[in-house]
Amino acid sequence: MTFVIYFVYLAAAALFVLSLKWMNTPTTARRGVIAGVVAMTASIIGTLLLPDVKHYMPILIAMAAGTVVGVPLSMVALTAVPQRTALSHAFGAMAAAAVGAAKFFLLTSEQLTPFITTAIVFEVLLGGLTLTGSVMAALKLMELWIPTRPVMYANQKIVNFGVIGTAVALSIALIFMNNNGPLASVMFIAILVLSLVWGVLLILPIGGADMPTVISILNSFAGLSAVAMGFVLQNPLLIVAGALDGSSGLILSIIMCRAMNRSFTNVLFGAFGQVQTAAAAGEQKTYRSATPEEAASILDSAGSVVVVPGYGMAVAQAQHKVRELYDSLTKRGVDVKFAIHPVAGRMPGHMNVLLAEADIPYDKLIEMEEINPELPQTDVALIIGANDVTNPAARTDKTSPIYGMPIIDVDKARNVMVVKRSMNPGFAGIDNELYYLPRTMMLFGDAKGFVGDIVKELAHAGH
Amino acid sequence: MELLQYGVMHVSNWLMLASEAASGTSEGGPSQNTLFLFIFLLASFVGMDVIRKVSPLLHTPLMSLTNAISAISIVGAIMVCGSEHYREKGTLGMWLGGIALFAAMTNIVSGFMITDRMLKMFKKREAVKP
Repeated sequence: MTFVIYFVYLAAAALFVLSLKWMNTPTTARRGVIAGVVAMTASIIGTLLLPDVKHYMPILIAMAAGTVVGVPLSMVALTAVPQRTALSHAFGAMAAAAVGAAKFFLLTSEQLTPFITTAIVFEVLLGGLTLTGSVMAALKLMELWIPTRPVMYANQKIVNFGVIGTAVALSIALIFMNNNGPLASVMFIAILVLSLVWGVLLILPIGGADMPTVISILNSFAGLSAVAMGFVLQNPLLIVAGALDGSSGLILSIIMCRAMNRSFTNVLFGAFGQVQTAAAAGEQKTYRSATPEEAASILDSAGSVVVVPGYGMAVAQAQHKVRELYDSLTKRGVDVKFAIHPVAGRMPGHMNVLLAEADIPYDKLIEMEEINPELPQTDVALIIGANDVTNPAARTDKTSPIYGMPIIDVDKARNVMVVKRSMNPGFAGIDNELYYLPRTMMLFGDAKGFVGDIVKELAHAGH
Repeated sequence: MELLQYGVMHVSNWLMLASEAASGTSEGGPSQNTLFLFIFLLASFVGMDVIRKVSPLLHTPLMSLTNAISAISIVGAIMVCGSEHYREKGTLGMWLGGIALFAAMTNIVSGFMITDRMLKMFKKREAVKP
């Protein structure tokens, strides 16, 4: 029987790889979900048939409870997807930490070989820090209890490295002891507690705009903790599935870091956006603001429009109004496209999902590298709730904190319109010289309200 | 002195166990742990290659899908929670396994469901309007 179950695991591993392969285009992606569900169901049934698995009642209760919590979590609004994702990393990490702890206490000292103990320690360290780190990230994304801005205190780095250093030192000692006597048990619990504390400390100094990278890194950690569980349980399926998740998180974090021209260490320990620069303290630069009516008339006579959405659009829930604007302009023969910066929003791909929800065809969602050469021939660049990803200082000003970050070259378009609440600098606290260009119009107001007003004006203007 | 002797003995004992685990069995073939490390290495390379080809359009559903897939740790949770062998030692395994099972099941259900929900929204052409 066990032999057959391992063949089921083998087929499941193949299906998981195919599942991710089918995610490469939207046309095959849903097939990927089906493959994943089939593989998962088969693995669960196979495992339930293992000879040692005999107590079905607690299994069924736990599965029912997981379903009860899981269904509502899958129905959240799409603007809440980043925090849902962070929470699911926390759940994954919790599973790993709990199984790791169970194995440590239940295995005999002979079974706790250095290899297995190392795997358990990895599982618990990664699981613990990802659990609390993800909960912290979710709280920051929900703007609950803790500030979204980086939290700094004296000797922060010393405290952080002290905590993780102690945890690592205890882990090494535990690996050498390879038993689970009273002293080892106390040490094990200390490692778990320290890793939980470290997860909190690690996320405190990270700001909201870095969340796309942080979520990706936590994704990778959650996957690696599943890999460690695979080593502990000597189960190759867990190793394969965990490695797929781990490498996915890694690739996404690399893409996010590149899109911000920053390193992992800079994101994790740089406390970006902590300093609010005294923007335009002495000099008063002039800018031009415009009404919805003026904006509508320029858009009406434009041949091509590129919309640049950002987190502000998500916060204002403006995607459906943006869709109305898209419809209205497209009907008038205006070519409308959307320029998507990789780190726009709070998680990788956030803007694409919101715009797809609003029924905007995905072939109109264009990546940064592809849209940039088109911008000099574009009549209007309309920026909705994006800031730093459009700041030309990233190209020109070597002293700017965002210098070197790839941006969407909106300043090259013939006209620039910026929908923004006020002249306050964006998340990173960096002034955006784009707003003071002669061909830039500032459209002050709530993204949803202002775009709605433009749509109304366009409707009044008739044909 | 006695402590030092004990320490040396313990470390050499450990090294022996560690090398056994990492290198070879009595027949000289690779041990199971070494094979597992190979599997991990190869699966990571496959994963990175496959993920790199995923369209950036789908990065959000990708993350929720990989999340559901990594909840394959439910296999481990079931093995610990329902184990006859561990139950003989008390209910610790049942509780910790149950917590893990709950957490993994949450990810499976919500992960696959929300991925599908998001993917349904990606349409190439505009929906035909009445």
